[in-house]
Amino acid sequence: MRAAALQLREVTRRYGERTALADVSFTLEEGATLAVLGPNGAGKTTLLRMLATLLRPHGGELRVLGHALPDEGWAVRGRIGLLGHEPLLYRELSARENLAFHAALNGAAAERAGELLRAVGIERRGDEPLRTLSRGMVQRVAVCRALLHDPPLLLLDEPRANLDPAASELVEPLIGRSSGRTRVIVSHDPAGALAEADLVLGLVRGRPALLAAAGEVDAAAVRELYR
Amino acid sequence: MNGRPRTRTVVAALLRKEARVELRTFESIPAMTLFSVTTYVLFHFGLQEDSLTGNLASGVLWVTLLFAAVLGINRLFVADDEQGGFDAFMLSPASRGALLFGKAASLLAYLVVVEIVTVPAFALLLLGVGIGQALPDLLAVLGLADLGVAAIGTLVGALAVRTRARDLLGPLLSLPLLVPVVIAAARLSTPLFSHPAAALPARWLVTLALYDLVFAVIAFALFDFLLED
Repeated sequence: MRAAALQLREVTRRYGERTALADVSFTLEEGATLAVLGPNGAGKTTLLRMLATLLRPHGGELRVLGHALPDEGWAVRGRIGLLGHEPLLYRELSARENLAFHAALNGAAAERAGELLRAVGIERRGDEPLRTLSRGMVQRVAVCRALLHDPPLLLLDEPRANLDPAASELVEPLIGRSSGRTRVIVSHDPAGALAEADLVLGLVRGRPALLAAAGEVDAAAVRELYR
Repeated sequence: MNGRPRTRTVVAALLRKEARVELRTFESIPAMTLFSVTTYVLFHFGLQEDSLTGNLASGVLWVTLLFAAVLGINRLFVADDEQGGFDAFMLSPASRGALLFGKAASLLAYLVVVEIVTVPAFALLLLGVGIGQALPDLLAVLGLADLGVAAIGTLVGALAVRTRARDLLGPLLSLPLLVPVVIAAARLSTPLFSHPAAALPARWLVTLALYDLVFAVIAFALFDFLLED
């Protein structure tokens, strides 16, 4: 049996009086993929940001890559690739300049930026300011940014948003199942997410409404989450 | 697995990034410079005076530079907050101290560039005495005051930018903390703008240096907490 990459036990998070996430528990093995489904405001992004060490849990136990958060957050920073709603890139800088900056922050080799830009088909426009690129192109640069330091854990929030089919194919070897990394995918495309997941977590109003192996989840159970 | 990046490398990357963003947006330095020069022009006509000396000259110089600095402090973290730079930094293994040093060094560089333009403009428009002989001492005072402004400004900028009322909170927090810097810098400059110029008062020099040191330590100690959720 492989080691656990993520272990959550009754994890809770509040924003002031409002409970954004409550009693979330699951274990995800290394190299496996978790799909997080649920309607808007269900707590999916909050969960992702907690796993990324950006938000503290207010209750429960949370272990990422074997380290308890938030106390050992320092040990997992730099081992997580987060691809969220925001690209975390500066609009006035070029893709190459942005990636060089992130490489310095993460102690990664600057040469890797060129390889990744080539892999996502942006190399020719790598020296143009990001504000001149389309949203799909920016998303591809954001994929490069998330992978620059070769993280073993990927946290992906709608990773294929703004990508056309050709671009989706380009990023597939980097962030898809074949990448071999542990992945948590937040998606509004249940069919697509189920196809690449090992485990499915359904959230409704911050509470777990579904936790099952992907093969055991049927369409009716998914529909129930969005009612 | 990548190791923790060296602080020197991260600070250099931050400075490069800041310089590029500023050179492409012109959001901070031109606003600070224009504000200072315009204020000196207004004082020139408002006071109907072009030969200020002593404490009046010193006060006009430092109060104007203080407000110009507040403009820079308010903009210091805006791009990072709006474009996800904070999150990127928090996700990285880089030391939080590196962000503090990088940002403080950026603010210090902004102030130096602004002063290179505005102090000669002040001398031209308002100063009644030549500052040739007092220039080395004035540069020392400017340097010490800028260090204090950079430490306090970075601390306050990081605190204010993550609030909804950042445009109000920035000046509200930074002005009281910067008042001692202005008092000490003004006291130090007064003899330099007198005729004949006198030596720097050692008591105020030590006061300013100590204030800088105390806030540098406070900023270093608190910065982690400001960044954490």
